[in-house]
Amino acid sequence: MSLSKPRLHLDTWVLRHLQVALASLGRLCRTPLATLMTTAVIGIALALPTGMHIALSNIQQLAGGWDGAATLSLFLKQDVSEEQIIKLTNRLSKHPQLAEVQLINPDLALDEFQRLSGFKGALKALDRNPLPTVLIIEPLQEYSTPEAAEQLMKAFNQLAEVDFTQLDLQWVRRFHAITEIAQRGVMVIGLLLGLAVLLIVGNTIRLEIQNRKSEIEITKLIGGTDAFIRRPFLYNGLWYGLSGGILAWLLVTLSLWMLNGPVERLAGLYRSEFDLSAIDFQTLGVLLLGSTLLGLFGSWIAVGRHLSDIEPS
Amino acid sequence: MIHFENVTKRYPGGYEGLSNANFHITPGEMVFLTGHSGAGKSTLLRLIGLLERCTRGQVRVGGRNLAKIKRSQIPYHRREVGMIFQDHRLLHDRTVFDNVAMPLVVAGLRHQEIGRRVRASLDKVGLLNKERAYPITLSGGEQQRVGIARAVVSKPPVVLADEPTGNLDPALSQEIMDLFSQFNQVGVTLLIATHDLDLISNMGRRILTLSHGRLKRDIAGST
Repeated sequence: MSLSKPRLHLDTWVLRHLQVALASLGRLCRTPLATLMTTAVIGIALALPTGMHIALSNIQQLAGGWDGAATLSLFLKQDVSEEQIIKLTNRLSKHPQLAEVQLINPDLALDEFQRLSGFKGALKALDRNPLPTVLIIEPLQEYSTPEAAEQLMKAFNQLAEVDFTQLDLQWVRRFHAITEIAQRGVMVIGLLLGLAVLLIVGNTIRLEIQNRKSEIEITKLIGGTDAFIRRPFLYNGLWYGLSGGILAWLLVTLSLWMLNGPVERLAGLYRSEFDLSAIDFQTLGVLLLGSTLLGLFGSWIAVGRHLSDIEPS
Repeated sequence: MIHFENVTKRYPGGYEGLSNANFHITPGEMVFLTGHSGAGKSTLLRLIGLLERCTRGQVRVGGRNLAKIKRSQIPYHRREVGMIFQDHRLLHDRTVFDNVAMPLVVAGLRHQEIGRRVRASLDKVGLLNKERAYPITLSGGEQQRVGIARAVVSKPPVVLADEPTGNLDPALSQEIMDLFSQFNQVGVTLLIATHDLDLISNMGRRILTLSHGRLKRDIAGST
């Protein structure tokens, strides 16, 4: 008699896994309330980071629209003649990195300023128009990044006609910094809640192992290998993880659906075309795969810790 | 088939469950193991099923030195040794069929093969009509026969029984013993622990008697 591991046919092996997987699913369905509660805890824990990730990517998408509109204001010197201004405007219009050049005449600017600022009386007291001629310049999309726009600003500052150039990118930078922090925060929360899911599944499986102690003992007595005994518990963990992931997806989708109306109204008030985007396939894939693996891993830990404690007596 | 050489099992605390036991059971033998409670009958059986390992000496089953069997190989050893218990050790949330099928499922047999062998085994113990029943609905004798069917369904060369008739009346006990004799006739090596001397005295089988962990008597069988 040899104690070598008997060879299994592949179809028997696949069939056995399928049977165990379905049996484990069936066992979970027979205790719907307990299963639902565990699933709900996992689902909520996973919905939080997923929802935050989706919210953040929506905000970034919104900010992406603003990034493209980085504009430069060229304030010209007071002593530059009309002719020079036209020449400069023509020259800049042909600049290969610029999309648009808009000339703002000082008289027009003063008019608008008087109208909008409410300083009409005070401005009338001035003997001459203090406003300079301004060229509003919009770079092409590919030169709109903070770095490229800054390069342009430096170049324009060298021009003889230009007094100074203003590039208001500070807020864009700050915004980027804030979203980066938020992103990191979502990651940290995601990791912590992932750990929580691991513990939830681990604890659930631990209880299940205790409940099925006599079955495990008997299986060991009749020659069940550790792998055989472990298998149904691992499938349980897998199902918990997967169903938790699906629930998280549903929760996030439901939340987005509920937010969509108000967000659309707000966007409408800003005359924005912004539309709240739902979970993309990549995020969904990561969510479902991640939750399944978390469930599997959580039960693996529990099974590894507690199964060897149970020996037939 | 089963060799014990100077086997001692000492439990933590110094109590010796088995002291310096020596005997040999040849293939196809049917042997009874008797003695008072705590004499070491269960300890001896547990050593053969590798539920425990001996402290000193050597146990060999089917030519294998059990000390050399690694933890991961124990399941494969247990598939070669059918075990029967006084308390049956059945799973009450599964049908008789599923209980008996367990050793075959564990061994990875094909579905059709499992059905065929389980029915053959249930037929042998006379419970073919109860395959869909749950153990709790059966009498004590029937439950024990389910346990026996489970122990022999994978056709192990060695079958151990620990007080298999402990809870049964004489008539049922006799039935169980007759069943064991039938298995022995087809070549199964049996080692049966019991304290029911009346039952086994007229069966003409070899009887090992333990007392306080020591092998006191080895009476050869007459058949």
